[in-house]
Amino acid sequence: MDVVLDNFGGYVDATVITVELTLLSFAVAFVVGVLVAAFRVSPVPPLRTVATLWVEALRNTPVIVLMYLFFFGLTKVGVSYSPFVSAVIVLAAYTSTFVAETVRSGINSVSRGQAEAGRALGLTFPQLLVLVVLPQALRTVVAPLGSVFIALIKNSAIAGAFAVLDIFGFSKALLNADAPPIATLVGAAVAYLVLALPAGWGVGFIERRVAIRR
Amino acid sequence: MRSRRSTRLWTVPVLVLAAGLVASACGSSSKKATSTSTTPATAPPTFPAGTTMANIQAKGKMVVGIKFDQPGVGLRNPTNNSFEGFDVDIAKLMAVGIFGGSPDTLGNKIEFVEAVSANRETFIENGNVDAVIASYTINDARKQRVDFAGPYLLAHQDILVKASDTTIKSVTDLNGKKVCSVQGSTSEKNVIAKAPQAQLLSFDDYSKCTEALTDGRVVAVTTDGPILAGYVAKSNGAFKVVNAPFTDEPYGIGMKKGDDAFRAFLNDRLEKIEADGQWASAFQATLGKLGLALPTPPPIDRYVSGGSPSATTSTTATGGATSTTKAAGATTTAPTVTTTVPATTSTSTSTP
Repeated sequence: MDVVLDNFGGYVDATVITVELTLLSFAVAFVVGVLVAAFRVSPVPPLRTVATLWVEALRNTPVIVLMYLFFFGLTKVGVSYSPFVSAVIVLAAYTSTFVAETVRSGINSVSRGQAEAGRALGLTFPQLLVLVVLPQALRTVVAPLGSVFIALIKNSAIAGAFAVLDIFGFSKALLNADAPPIATLVGAAVAYLVLALPAGWGVGFIERRVAIRR
Repeated sequence: MRSRRSTRLWTVPVLVLAAGLVASACGSSSKKATSTSTTPATAPPTFPAGTTMANIQAKGKMVVGIKFDQPGVGLRNPTNNSFEGFDVDIAKLMAVGIFGGSPDTLGNKIEFVEAVSANRETFIENGNVDAVIASYTINDARKQRVDFAGPYLLAHQDILVKASDTTIKSVTDLNGKKVCSVQGSTSEKNVIAKAPQAQLLSFDDYSKCTEALTDGRVVAVTTDGPILAGYVAKSNGAFKVVNAPFTDEPYGIGMKKGDDAFRAFLNDRLEKIEADGQWASAFQATLGKLGLALPTPPPIDRYVSGGSPSATTSTTATGGATSTTKAAGATTTAPTVTTTVPATTSTSTSTP
């Protein structure tokens, strides 16, 4: 465990980067994901098609392949972002598909009568979605969204393979510098645990706060 | 209904497990006989019982860790699962010393497994491999955990640039430029020491570095010359090596610490193949084809081992502040990894 103690500062810096990666990616993924979910249930066929393509293309590709294509593929056509920004974009896009599908399942759980009542009152589709359906839908999917968030914390390790010194990237660098592998990787696992456990508690807290009492 | 459903759910993980087992069973038989002949040209030598040589002979195969991704040094050809490169040929010549015959008649008496830089010492310590021949620089930090036969090649760190580049002529020209290496590697530390103003973009493997060089994300890639020569050959004239060597990297055969008999055997064997021309023909067939001039083999270093691994505590990768008083160079510092990530400000982890 010496290796972890001697490089404690490095692990802390790396953990901060993982937190930044995760929070930024999730913020973007949440907004995009809710939008995509709204598109998928919208009455406009082209929007439904675009949203379906977005979800199926990104959700069914390994995140490492997406990262490689985005980081090295786009440079070939002249678009180049820094490793950190690239990682945020790829993680956000990938995670947005899971957010979208989760939110869509929440939308489907809202009883049909709610939508019918809204329409009877003369609400347009966006009004219906924002005022009636989504507030109820999002409350029911807090727990599964929490799982998506925790998956994102761990998926963010992909950045470590693309020149970002997050928890994984830092451990890999230590290993390449001949550090003892078990201790180094246990250090990394603990760092991820330190992030994921409170995230789980936070999800539980939010869930209790927003629960609809029935 | 409920019970039937749960039975079906059970079968899914079982099937996945079974598929995994089948896949790994297929994967482990990943060596190819280059020749079907099984008659050894020379009789296998005999070794005293209990030695590593005798044990390898008894189990019928020698397991060697090599690099799988370095053309000219150690490369797996994924289409037919064959292996090529100077390290591969040296490994075969070592195995011939145990089993007799010739490199072409070894067949499945030699097995290659991938040893990436990060797991070389662990593979040796755990006995996953009998030896590691994987562009493995001998240094004192590594000698704390493993022993080295050889060196069998004296490599030098060099610089890879685009063929059209005329601005980089030596390592000091890298100051202020974007340079790619592998996170935490010796190559990275060396370039930080020799060109402190270089902006490092470090990935986890060199193939990403060459991709970044193609894209213009970096203007140079730096690591050992033989590895760079392989990438030049693969690039179809897009890259060139600057040929401004700035370090000495004696490549050794990594093996279990304290096994002096095995080390003496490997050293004798290396001296023999260097004397009878097999070393030179192996070089010509691999690195020579990439345009490297045939060097004279470096003298074998028959050093006195520091004892068994249990006697030494692992002080590798300690922070700079806690430099212990081991043999010279025994304390590696934590990787001074500087990335060009603007948003993250992770400029360095700790400096020596």
